[in-house]
Amino acid sequence: MKTSLKTNLRAVLARSYVRFWAANREPSWWVSETIMPLLSTAAYVFVYKALKAPEEYIGFVILGGTMSAYWMNVLWSMAAQFYWEKEMGNLELYMIAPISRMSILFGMASGGFIHASTRAVAVFLMGSLIFKVDFAVISVTKLIIVFVLTLVALYGLGMLFSSVFMLYGREAWHGANLLQEPVYLLSGFYFPVRNLGFAVALVASFIPLTLGLDAMRQLAFRAGSKSGFINVNLELSVLVLLCVIFLVAANYALKYMEYLGKKEGRLTLRWQ
Amino acid sequence: MIERLKNDLRTIKLAGWLGWAIESNWADPFIFAIYSIIRPIASSLILVFMYMVVSRGNTSTEFFAYIFTGNAFFMYVVNVLFGIAWVIHDDREHYQMIRYVYISPIRMYYYFFGRGIAKMIVTTIAVIVTMSFGIIVLKIPLDLGAIDYPLLLFSLAMGIFIITCLGILLAGITMVTAHHSFLLTEGVAGLFYLACGAIYPIDILPIWLQYLSKTLPLTYWLELIRRAVLGKSLSLTLGEFSDAQLILIMLVTTLILALFSHYVYRSIEHIARKHGKIDQMMNY
Repeated sequence: MKTSLKTNLRAVLARSYVRFWAANREPSWWVSETIMPLLSTAAYVFVYKALKAPEEYIGFVILGGTMSAYWMNVLWSMAAQFYWEKEMGNLELYMIAPISRMSILFGMASGGFIHASTRAVAVFLMGSLIFKVDFAVISVTKLIIVFVLTLVALYGLGMLFSSVFMLYGREAWHGANLLQEPVYLLSGFYFPVRNLGFAVALVASFIPLTLGLDAMRQLAFRAGSKSGFINVNLELSVLVLLCVIFLVAANYALKYMEYLGKKEGRLTLRWQ
Repeated sequence: MIERLKNDLRTIKLAGWLGWAIESNWADPFIFAIYSIIRPIASSLILVFMYMVVSRGNTSTEFFAYIFTGNAFFMYVVNVLFGIAWVIHDDREHYQMIRYVYISPIRMYYYFFGRGIAKMIVTTIAVIVTMSFGIIVLKIPLDLGAIDYPLLLFSLAMGIFIITCLGILLAGITMVTAHHSFLLTEGVAGLFYLACGAIYPIDILPIWLQYLSKTLPLTYWLELIRRAVLGKSLSLTLGEFSDAQLILIMLVTTLILALFSHYVYRSIEHIARKHGKIDQMMNY
């Protein structure tokens, strides 16, 4: 019997409720999620200042630092979250509940999105004000569409990653650990991605943040289009495609990995 | 006294072995080696590309060597700091063993230090690989024969002591915070990355931040490392000091840090025991 949409929506709400309220009971979170992330972003700003780089590069760094909040959230609070759930004994409870695994992940995503957005807004506002970033937005509508599509595709990728944690333990955890800096590099968080060369940038385009960041820079800065990788409209189309691919693939991967996990008896295996 | 020393050394040895097992036994040595190399190389390449975008590709300058060396050695701060501070969460929430560690007849400082050893080993390999990459691929101007090895080894030993003190300080804070506090460690590392001139001379910072920078032992540590490796200083502010003066300032600031770290850890540990937070679990 198929689970009703209402039940799944309740599961989404329930999972996001825990994520949202539990973390907000910890006052330390406000410091570690708002002021602290700005510091390392500021360090990269000072590198450009030391190099006497054009002013727009400071804006590029601030935008990269802003979007890094979502990458961190997807990587640690979503993809790797199934690892924690397994270690704590929650995963089997999700498995026996009459709900889709996707609804749990949507719940995590929506709860985590609010946190990540707090971090992102803090970095963006403080960074822009402190370093006096000069924005010249070409199209607000397009900018919003790019931002939304980037996040949908990114969270879809996070769901896809989380399926890996159904089966693997520390290997996947270390894998996630490994992805942090290389993605900062490949997606051009702190410099325009086209400097990596066309071939590398093309491969890196499978990470939604690569095209998302590039399009946002083209739309938000006067000199953005000069350092852009490809046309913004093309980037928008690819992002739509990535949204569909990652969400569909995540759905299948979750089912398949769950089946494999059950078959090999690794679904609830802890401390592996 | 000797018995106590023996016990402490045994704690370091066993904690080190435990840390190494947790760190490395999930993969075969080849995969582990690749894993240990990719992340630091990627981290360095971010700076390389930032530099190349502005300088149009010339990486064989003294300034690039300055930022590249600082960034490479700063890996000790990020990794060892995280390695020590994360022990609390790993033992408390993940392996759920912290209560047994606490009731064993050991001193926690040595346990923390031991657990950090695995990260030190991995980071040392990463630093060697990164510097080799810099010399061979990026052609940074560095003469291996001209390196002041005694100063480098002394600075490294002091750096590890400084980072251990900071790690213990953070481990204390971690005892009373939830498991998202790995972000706190990342943020603290970010603060040092910004304020200690890891990737630029501190002269570029605003004056008020330079004052903060001068109170941090890691600023002097990074300067000494650069002097040992590159043979000179590019910082106008720190360039005024001789090596001996820098060492003296680093020793004094390190002593203050060690006392502060001890005080904070002890105070917070007391609070954690009082409020039953030593083995708290947070399942969100």
